[in-house]
Amino acid sequence: MARLIRMDTTGHSTLAEWTAGDSDAEALAVAEFRRELDAGWYAVVSEGEGHARQVAELPLDAELVILRRPIAGG
Amino acid sequence: MSGAPALPETAAVYWRPRADARRLRQRGRTWTLTTVAHTVPYVATAGGLLALEPLTFPVGLVALAQAWAIPELYARRGANVIRPRPRAEEGPEQVALGLLGDLVGHDARELHARTGLVPERGALGVWLVGEAGAVLVARGGRRVFCWCVTVPEPDLPSADRVAHLLLALRSDEEGFATVANLAFSGAPWRLRRRMPPRARPALGVAIGMARVSSPSM
Repeated sequence: MARLIRMDTTGHSTLAEWTAGDSDAEALAVAEFRRELDAGWYAVVSEGEGHARQVAELPLDAELVILRRPIAGG
Repeated sequence: MSGAPALPETAAVYWRPRADARRLRQRGRTWTLTTVAHTVPYVATAGGLLALEPLTFPVGLVALAQAWAIPELYARRGANVIRPRPRAEEGPEQVALGLLGDLVGHDARELHARTGLVPERGALGVWLVGEAGAVLVARGGRRVFCWCVTVPEPDLPSADRVAHLLLALRSDEEGFATVANLAFSGAPWRLRRRMPPRARPALGVAIGMARVSSPSM
């Protein structure tokens, strides 16, 4: 089952879960994804060690999509 | 590390040229020259005073102390980027640690448990990612760059802070180095002396990894 998670003060929160072909769950996940991006979160798909991809649309074929806050120079 | 799309955060620092290996080499050299320019006048003053009037040696000693302290202060500033921050409550910390553990391999997980830093090999060298910054050991292992970069969310668990930086780094390494502020560049031994003792083994590991990859910066 694929998951959309957000790294927050709880460690992380699972916002949506879906399986391929479950269009209702996918639609909910997409809506949740857009809401979080609108709220200023960035989405990243981890692609194994050393690799990650910033995404602007929810990749429904990804196993795990992680929402992160913007970083800034300190 | 995939270098394709730019990290969105680079838009906030649009005036900075995008970091790459050549620019990093230049910044490293500039940093060293600046440090030399700051220290040489004090050494020259000490030598000059001693040559003109040996009785001024106490003043010369003060000048030499100043010449010694300046590079040390820079190195300390560099080490500060990887100092641990206050931890969140244990529950969220454990949850965040689980996610971070899923993102890295066994060796990196083990090093993080020992030192609080996650090693990550990139095109520019080997990174040590901490909670509020990262150290880049340039390829060849003879120079380090300390970067101050953080998630401006004070209540995040420490492992989540590391994961934020790690994912941004993996998304766009050069963009990451563009967004981050350079706090120090110099020889690894300078940094090592100022690092928290717990974190020092991580620097040794990163230097070893950086020596495996080719040309030095």
